[in-house]
Amino acid sequence: MLSTSKPISPPSGDKRWRIIDGMMRRHGYAPYALIEVLHTVQETFGFLNDDSLRYVAPSLRVPLSKAYAVASFYHFFTMKPPGEHTCVICAGTACYIKGAPALLNAVQEVAGIKQGETTADGKLSLLTARCLGSCGLAPAVVFDGQVSGKTTTELIKKRVRTCLESKSLKTEVTQ
Amino acid sequence: MNHDDLASVAAQTRQREERYEHVIKVCVAAGCLSANAEQVKTQLESELKQRGLETCCKVKGVGCMGLCAAGPLVSADTNQKMFQAVTPANAGAIVDDVVENKPAPASMVLNSKLDFFVGQKKIVLENAGELDPERIEDYIASEGYEALFHCLTRLRPPQVIEQVTISGLRGRGGAGFPTGLKWTTVAKAVGSSKYVICNADEGDPGAFMDRSVLESDPHRVLEGMAIAAYAVGATKGFIYCRAEYPLAIKRLRIAIRQAESNGLLGMNIGDTHFDFKVEVRIGAGAFVCGEETALIASIEGGRGTPRPRPPFPAQEGLWHLPTLINNVETFANIPPIIRKGGEWFASIGTEKSKGTKVFALAGRVNNTGLIEVPMGITLREIIFKLGGGIPEGRRFKAVQSGGPSGGCVPEQYLDIPVDYDSLASVGSIMGSGGMIVMDETSCMVDVARFFMEFCMSESCGKCTPCRVGTAQMHNILERITHGEARPKDLELLKRLTITVKAASLCGLGQTAPNPTLTTLRYFMDEYRSHIEEGHCAAGVCHPAKAELEVAA
Repeated sequence: MLSTSKPISPPSGDKRWRIIDGMMRRHGYAPYALIEVLHTVQETFGFLNDDSLRYVAPSLRVPLSKAYAVASFYHFFTMKPPGEHTCVICAGTACYIKGAPALLNAVQEVAGIKQGETTADGKLSLLTARCLGSCGLAPAVVFDGQVSGKTTTELIKKRVRTCLESKSLKTEVTQ
Repeated sequence: MNHDDLASVAAQTRQREERYEHVIKVCVAAGCLSANAEQVKTQLESELKQRGLETCCKVKGVGCMGLCAAGPLVSADTNQKMFQAVTPANAGAIVDDVVENKPAPASMVLNSKLDFFVGQKKIVLENAGELDPERIEDYIASEGYEALFHCLTRLRPPQVIEQVTISGLRGRGGAGFPTGLKWTTVAKAVGSSKYVICNADEGDPGAFMDRSVLESDPHRVLEGMAIAAYAVGATKGFIYCRAEYPLAIKRLRIAIRQAESNGLLGMNIGDTHFDFKVEVRIGAGAFVCGEETALIASIEGGRGTPRPRPPFPAQEGLWHLPTLINNVETFANIPPIIRKGGEWFASIGTEKSKGTKVFALAGRVNNTGLIEVPMGITLREIIFKLGGGIPEGRRFKAVQSGGPSGGCVPEQYLDIPVDYDSLASVGSIMGSGGMIVMDETSCMVDVARFFMEFCMSESCGKCTPCRVGTAQMHNILERITHGEARPKDLELLKRLTITVKAASLCGLGQTAPNPTLTTLRYFMDEYRSHIEEGHCAAGVCHPAKAELEVAA
């Protein structure tokens, strides 16, 4: 029988840890809940870091090495904090055939970042997805969680510029 | 809920629906939602309210209607009228057309007699575009959960398996293993408990069939799983869905909650002694988790790496207990098979491939979207009749089926029937159902490189042939597309495809060379022109030699 108590307390007084605790309690602190709990951590904090892994692993009684192995194995988990805005370009086959590489180049050109990177001012993260399943609308791009289909390079450049120019005036992008 | 309650819910729902003179259906599957379908629905509702027509006309959110490229789609009066690319501003015109009989502008009207719609045969998708996926009553009203009750009250588990065996249904995940045989193996296996897993980790890029089924008709999958659990003697089920499909996960969770509160899942289902609980598990973006042993490792909370088989999951699966794993579409086929009998299903399709198959048609084709066709239809019919041909009058070059595990089929084989064996005979596979059409603007070497890059990055790293082999093949393909290939590279590439295919541990590695193999077989001239002339006919790659010439 699994005990319902956990050996350690959260890394900080941040109230959001209660959400993580709730999730772990729901699964009875069972080791198999690791992926579910990491999902919750990422949903809550935006990314996984050493602190969260060091907290979750012993709580679920899995070795820290296994928690790190899982976090680094799956593409969905990120160990870097995301930018204020995220731009996910679908790199599935249908989108690739219909011009996703050009979209990727367009964002790289405007924002000066490569896939998987965040701009220096933390404004924008550029990511690619394996397939969003919106192949009927290829090429598809997700801007801050909003899917937009049949995207063109002009459209995406415009969106990226708006993101980069939002609030701070530091990043003036030449037209 | 017992059988009488089910019948009365069905009758009440149908009665309530019949009270309305017109029903306007708005597609609320992910494709159309991302094109503002939700606002269209709200606008239609308020338009009807304004005109005081809400008692004679109802607006309903429904699942995928198939023609995603023309979304958001709206249909009315049992699909007699269809409208495409609808915006909230069009709401008035639609109400005019449907209720007041004033025809809407021609640009909005979508011909519901298009080959795209008429050429299909719907079994799995029979409810998609008809039902509200978030209401269990809608599903019950269209004979939902009838099949489960039929099994629980009239059939013994071996009789259920017998029907599935007679139907000739083969696994829709790609490999095409006979479903009846799999169920028999799990039923015979001995274990303190057993599990049923629904594989909804549709990682194959370019495929969105499972996503549409889950978003449009989640209860059908749950019913199929419950029937399977009854047949093999399982009491617990998991649906492993990829994290990239938030809407599918949301609707599945709603469906499970509704089924539980109606006594159609959980303890003592339908007032019988049958218990079955289902949980959703969310993947975390690993293509290899579509492989059954890797999927099991992932549900157990670890890295998704496959292990050698045997023992097969049917004997030793989740937590070392007998486990039945089937694809979403396979489970979705079960309720109609039980309702109408295995023989009915076996009468559709070809000798060795029965029933229908859902395909996600995408790429360079006019009508992109979701289609369900009987097995044995030709590729030409799918692409040129249902798909409406290639846009902008370009030339067809190849069709890619089965994603990174499949192959590219060239024009000369367009007339082969679509079934498991014919597609395998030309080097491709049926796969889960992704079908990407390519025209002359696609370079086949680049396509091979694209898929190899995918396999290389998705290789879990457990076995060397796959981990190293895919990387080496990718390097060679990269060299070819950059015009830096060495004379012996083609020979080396061919040898590597054989090694990786033969020596890899799981399906990912064993099938990873397929796109390369088929392009080598059918498009050798393109490889040659890249290597020898430094020329890419499609203008996709920029082999170094070509650039030098331009510079000179």
